[in-house]
Amino acid sequence: MTDSAHAMAAPGGVVDGAPPRPAIQIVPLKGLWVVGVIVVFLIVSIAEDWRWALDFFHVAGGGLWTGIDLFVGLVVGPILGRLSIPARAEFSARFMPKMVLIMPTVVLMTLAAGFQLAVNLGNLDPSSPNHDWLVVSFVVVGVMAVIALGFLEPANIAVLFEMKKPVPDGEVIAKLMQRFVYTAGILGLMQVATLVIMTRVATQ
Amino acid sequence: MTAHVEAPASSALARKFPPIAEFVIGSLALVIVGGIYMASKFPRRPPLALPIALLAGSIVLCLVAAVMTARLHDFAWARFRLVFGWALLAYVFQAGMIEYAFVHNNASGAPLAVITLLLVMFALDVPFVIAFTAARYSSPPAPTG
Repeated sequence: MTDSAHAMAAPGGVVDGAPPRPAIQIVPLKGLWVVGVIVVFLIVSIAEDWRWALDFFHVAGGGLWTGIDLFVGLVVGPILGRLSIPARAEFSARFMPKMVLIMPTVVLMTLAAGFQLAVNLGNLDPSSPNHDWLVVSFVVVGVMAVIALGFLEPANIAVLFEMKKPVPDGEVIAKLMQRFVYTAGILGLMQVATLVIMTRVATQ
Repeated sequence: MTAHVEAPASSALARKFPPIAEFVIGSLALVIVGGIYMASKFPRRPPLALPIALLAGSIVLCLVAAVMTARLHDFAWARFRLVFGWALLAYVFQAGMIEYAFVHNNASGAPLAVITLLLVMFALDVPFVIAFTAARYSSPPAPTG
């Protein structure tokens, strides 16, 4: 590990001309009301079986989820992996708190609305031509859930805590960021399978 | 970028922990397999032997991880509790949403009980692995006791 791996100034401070580190809020509280509004609308949509709203949540949520995973995994991740540790840390300090709010929300939108749509449209019935495709999509989502919840999200939270320390350990940040980059890449590739399955289901 | 600051005396990476995260992720994987099985059979009543076996395996793995965690010395317990508490709140809410989706579609009886227990494990496993990961890097590099 090079010296640059430890090049972290104290929060808000400046070291050797380095820019001040941004104050890190692990969960951006200002965004919580948006999540609250979305979740309430989602619950009402399921309770009332609003077809348009369920379609909206599933298509918009799924599009965002897939797009963000593909973009972060295959575009942002490799770029991030080539940045210097201080640059990665500064980017992550601003990027990761937003992901802490955005990703669980779009995943919840997509899965909750999608399950309700599948039940309403009869796609979960074993006699439906879409049943097997949906089960395959469950498996893909299940593998992605284990990777995202077991590896990526813990690394995301841990790196934010590390960056809040007065003297962050650059080696820890590098290791956790590497985990983030790899898992985001795997999730991005798996989203290609989701795209294939969902377009297949929509056209059966 | 040329800033240089003294590195910590020894990195938290140097400390080896028991395979706690691996056990919790295993527990989470079993829960997710059980959930996929239940959802793939819905709205019909599925055979419950497999999901109950997966649930039991998940509980065992989580308990083993909990025991290993409880035995840790010089661990950042304050950070673990802080992260676990907030993550638990978030994932109880998520699990509640999934439970609501099943209840709204008339799931009941033993299948609903199995789904509920799988969701309880889901809501425990995710905060556990997040809190452990956050706390392990905030713990002293090596036990002093």
